[in-house]
Amino acid sequence: MEHFALWVAAFLTLGIISFLYKDNPWYKVTEAIFVGISAGYWVVVLFWDNFYGKFWVGKDNDSMLYVGGLLGLLMLMRLIPKIGWISRWPLAFIVGATSGLWMMNYFASNIMVQIQGTIVPLFSANFGEGMNAGYSTVIGNLVIFIGTFTGLVYFFFSKEHKGVYGVGARVGIFFLMITFGAAFGYTVMSRMSLLIGRLDFLFGDWLGMIK
Amino acid sequence: MSTRIKEIISMVIITAFVVVFYFGKINGWESIEFSATVSYICILLLLLALLWVLVLTLRGQLIGRRVVFLFVGISVTIPLFMSLEQKINVSPEVRSIYDTVIALPPGSRVLVSFDFDPPTAPELQPMAETFLQLCFERDLKVIIMGLWPQGPQQANLALEKVLDLDVIKEKNLQYGIDYVNLGFQTGNEFVIQRMGSSFKSMFNTDYRGTPYDDIPLVKNIKNFSNIDYSFNLSAGFPGTIEWVQIAVDRYGLLLSTGSTAVQAPQVYPYLNAGQLNGILGGMNGAAEFEKVTGFKGKGTKYMLSQSFSHIIVIAFIFIGNVAFFRSGRKSLLKR
Repeated sequence: MEHFALWVAAFLTLGIISFLYKDNPWYKVTEAIFVGISAGYWVVVLFWDNFYGKFWVGKDNDSMLYVGGLLGLLMLMRLIPKIGWISRWPLAFIVGATSGLWMMNYFASNIMVQIQGTIVPLFSANFGEGMNAGYSTVIGNLVIFIGTFTGLVYFFFSKEHKGVYGVGARVGIFFLMITFGAAFGYTVMSRMSLLIGRLDFLFGDWLGMIK
Repeated sequence: MSTRIKEIISMVIITAFVVVFYFGKINGWESIEFSATVSYICILLLLLALLWVLVLTLRGQLIGRRVVFLFVGISVTIPLFMSLEQKINVSPEVRSIYDTVIALPPGSRVLVSFDFDPPTAPELQPMAETFLQLCFERDLKVIIMGLWPQGPQQANLALEKVLDLDVIKEKNLQYGIDYVNLGFQTGNEFVIQRMGSSFKSMFNTDYRGTPYDDIPLVKNIKNFSNIDYSFNLSAGFPGTIEWVQIAVDRYGLLLSTGSTAVQAPQVYPYLNAGQLNGILGGMNGAAEFEKVTGFKGKGTKYMLSQSFSHIIVIAFIFIGNVAFFRSGRKSLLKR
């Protein structure tokens, strides 16, 4: 059984990689298997964990679950064109509730605390004890200050980007580009990691060529 | 020779290669490891090949995309066979996690959330194994959970590997007393929110079906206030961002994260603002964590391939620009 599982995994991995050569039936079969299994897996997970595990088992102890069940049922009305408009009600509830819940989370964590984290002393946190911050801290704090300030200048469109203001906006663009570059670099690393993982499987687990 | 015949010949060669090595593995062939000399020769050949591509480009002969794929494939595969070691510097955000964990007194309760699935395992699994090993060596109590359906299964794989190590075997760790896997719970970020008031409301039973109150390790744990430290292995949503927004900022949980490289730039701002105790960003983070803990694993092994592939990508960005300035830009200017 172990050998069979290894060969199936290797067959599917090679099928996906074969797309790099050109589109082919092997790739299409592999892709279809992946999509089918993913969809099937999620249906089973959601049915047993959400519908059965939460609603069916818990409905006797918590009558509020019936409200959720009813909203879920109304969502399915979309399948009947004549009364499809009913599905907008549960959708409106989800959008409204999610927005309300997340607004506070984002405001607290991604706005307030982040602003607080940006307002740092440029040279030292302990003025009374002298300028004891290391060079890297000082440079880091300056970069945060200049990057945040010029980034905000770039996104302020009520004034034309000319003169000193234009220079600030241009510096802001550089900071944005460096940020995007760093994100791209990390993305490359992530994608390469996936490839390394698959090749390690092929040459290691499957063929036993690598320790 | 037609393309079809070339394709058939290639397939036959690959199949023969696979069959030979597979039966070799079954018959106990040893794995291959290049010596330092062979490794340096491979590096030299790879650099010469890149130089050759550059010369071709300068001559105006552009290479196809398949050649680029081949180069990336070779640059990732060859280092897996090498015995060379790459120098790894430990960054402050990685050291911070190590320093905090080793400062925890024995018996402290650590919550580890496995919020990823097999596709991102090459990056996150080495982090999970290293973190669990460090916790067990320091006699910390580990509580495992997952917001992704396959997270707890990944946790079991990591546990299986770590518990099989001699140093950990000696400790004779008991399931339910020293560590527990509470399993997956559906509900994404709302699970975290409910855990803020009651763990039990979200995890009636553990992964094996044992009722929450019958598990010695967790029966006295009510909510996040009973957790001393937490580590989140995150591959997306729900993950570190949700843990920070709810568990950290609302309930004051001390959290560190091991996230995929794609997600790392999104969570770094939380580090500077003090919302995260530390970050392991992608495979590099995993390798750094292995270095600081001294547990050499797959993160370190994979880093050589990672570095080689990055060199290839940078080289081809350069070669691509050379091709652009040589041909493309001229024609663009003519327009």
